[in-house]
Amino acid sequence: MTDLINAFVLLSNFVLIPGLAYGAQLALGALGVTLIYAVLRFSNFAHGDTMAFGAMCVILVTWGMQGLGISAGVLPTALLALPFGILGAVALALLFDRTVYRFYRQQRAAPVVFVIASVGVMFMTNGIVRLIIGPDDQRFADGERFIIRAREFKEMTGLAEGLALRTTQGITIVVALVVMVALFWFLNRTRTGKAMRAYSDNEDLALLSGINPDKVVFWTWVIAAALATIAGTLYGLDKSFKPFTYFQLLLPIFASAIVGGIGNPIGAIAGGFVIAFSEVTVTYAYKKFLFYLGWESEGLMQLLSTDYKFAVSFVILVLVLLVRPTGIFKGRVI
Amino acid sequence: MRGFVLFAAMGLALVGVGVFQSWNVALAILNLSLISAIMALGVNIQWGYAGLFNVGIMGFAALGGVAAVLVSTAPVGAAWAAGGAGIGLAGVLLAVTVGAIVFARRWLHGLARKLATIALVVGGYAAVRMAYDPAVGAIEAVDPARTGNLGGLGLPIVLAWAVGGVFAAGVAWVIGKISLGLRSDYFAIATLGISEILIAIMKNEDWLTRGVKNVTGLPRPVPYEVDLQTADWFRDLAASLGQNPVVFSGIFVKLCYALLFGLVLLALYWLAERALRSPWGRMMRAIRDNRDAAEAMGKNVTARHLQVFVLGSAVVGIAGAMLVTLDGQFTPGTYNPLRYTFLIWVMVIVGGSGNNAGSILGAFLIWFVWIEAETAGRALMSGLVDWLPQGSALGAHLLEAAPHLRLFLMGLILLVVLRFSPRGLIPERTRG
Repeated sequence: MTDLINAFVLLSNFVLIPGLAYGAQLALGALGVTLIYAVLRFSNFAHGDTMAFGAMCVILVTWGMQGLGISAGVLPTALLALPFGILGAVALALLFDRTVYRFYRQQRAAPVVFVIASVGVMFMTNGIVRLIIGPDDQRFADGERFIIRAREFKEMTGLAEGLALRTTQGITIVVALVVMVALFWFLNRTRTGKAMRAYSDNEDLALLSGINPDKVVFWTWVIAAALATIAGTLYGLDKSFKPFTYFQLLLPIFASAIVGGIGNPIGAIAGGFVIAFSEVTVTYAYKKFLFYLGWESEGLMQLLSTDYKFAVSFVILVLVLLVRPTGIFKGRVI
Repeated sequence: MRGFVLFAAMGLALVGVGVFQSWNVALAILNLSLISAIMALGVNIQWGYAGLFNVGIMGFAALGGVAAVLVSTAPVGAAWAAGGAGIGLAGVLLAVTVGAIVFARRWLHGLARKLATIALVVGGYAAVRMAYDPAVGAIEAVDPARTGNLGGLGLPIVLAWAVGGVFAAGVAWVIGKISLGLRSDYFAIATLGISEILIAIMKNEDWLTRGVKNVTGLPRPVPYEVDLQTADWFRDLAASLGQNPVVFSGIFVKLCYALLFGLVLLALYWLAERALRSPWGRMMRAIRDNRDAAEAMGKNVTARHLQVFVLGSAVVGIAGAMLVTLDGQFTPGTYNPLRYTFLIWVMVIVGGSGNNAGSILGAFLIWFVWIEAETAGRALMSGLVDWLPQGSALGAHLLEAAPHLRLFLMGLILLVVLRFSPRGLIPERTRG
């Protein structure tokens, strides 16, 4: 019996908790991609770099606050800096919308033109981030590091396996939950949210009903940039901040959005967790887990080496596109 | 006419670099421009001819690099003896598994088909891993500091250029089969993902290309500087031109490369132009401009797309092999989508999508700006820093960040061209 509990604790420690935290980060990123897709109808390649930009603003403000001696006690100071970071990312997103995307909207350009424009925006944002903060790793997490430490857990329960819950993981899950609830409340209960959904459903009908498209687009960018900043900051707190990693996150984020059904917010969340858990479970070495279940194995019992985690998100993406092209929850169009 | 003037201006700019900076720099820019031009040609064949938005260029270029390693390095006999059979067995098992899955999916139906597929995937995976893991372990244990891989065929590296094209074409065929049915932005994301996976495989499968341990010292198709400096005919040549033999040997080697690359570029350009003007090219443009109409006329759109995707990728693969040849080393860790995928895209869009000469010009121009922007960025930043107090932290940071200005600049150029001159510097000729 203890072996079974040990096996479960082991799996929670190395698969369940990291998967939940990573899934929440991906889901927040995918929500931004999916919203832009639903309203503006293109895949935004610059989203990863928007995340990096927002996170960078948060880091700069965090450093400022730390310099002034402001802290959030046991929580990371970055949480206090988050609103300022969101303001920065929103300003950047709206600036690019005014200078770049609005023109193509008025032209009613093909989606692929928007995608190419977003590649240009991606380059520029990437350049700005590297110019300001540099290409290197930055750590900005402070406050208490753990909610539960592995050693304390072992002493408390007397089990052989420890369970650690880092503060950043806890915060990620809580913040993601709060943000998701707030987003759904906004989309379903407020006038602007309803207008956004109507516009995404049927643009012409929405325009006929007197919905102001500029306002819809404005709020879409605001929300997408805010989500990107939150996702980027949580990811940076949990792992570390490096501009290039955010660019690489683009692929799992797109995969999450498409797997869940692009344009569908619930799908984006589900997709985020599907991708995160597949990545973690496929690249986890099951040797010790199987040992607790009474099976001695020679190798590591790892299905794929951790470096192939991109491959995992991609294979799922392809499978979903082949089997059910609209995603798990029916997305907009294919 | 416009094209001629622009190319002349580009040539003048390169000469300017030669005169004011150094000929070595100018020729280095020229060589990489030639390779970039071939990559841009490949992208243009896919995007300009057929409207395929492929952002997996990096993967195909890296496949060319793999070809260079596998063709030109010396075979490692001990590794073959240790694990060659195991790898071969794993390959056979993989082929059998894939064949069995295809067979099962063709001949079974309903639940039996699903169950058989799952059973074959799981069983095949386990069988392949059982043959593969010990073989890989054995190969990587053979002299890991120097080789640790199977090595190559020990053939001249120029052959690898063709092989690189074949590798890229083969992989493109598989990828195209899976993902060409997708809508354009899904296709883009799929190709982006595949290129990342290809790089991940190259980084991890040490038995094949040594992974992140890199392969260095690849043989050259042109003479080595050291040999030239001791050769009598070369010393005479340098003396008759009034050049320092040490400096001139570097220039001479780069000129040899430029000649080789230029020949390949011209040949591919000629072929690409022929294809574009042929009935095949007209059909491709018809499909690009109105897919439904072309389909109604009886054109097999998916098959044509697959064809053009394979052709364009092969061209990129050739360029990728040439790039590794020029570097003399294969370093999977340095492949980065910004540099190897999106920069090539900037070249094609800026040069003129649909026009081969435009893509080539775009490649020269963008590569020139990419290199020179680093120098200019540093000059600009040090100009700014002079205004700041001596030794300020901000000044040091600005100097350090200067090279990243060029990313910003590339985005700006792309956006400006896309907005104000969406057909590029040399637009496509509309009369075929």
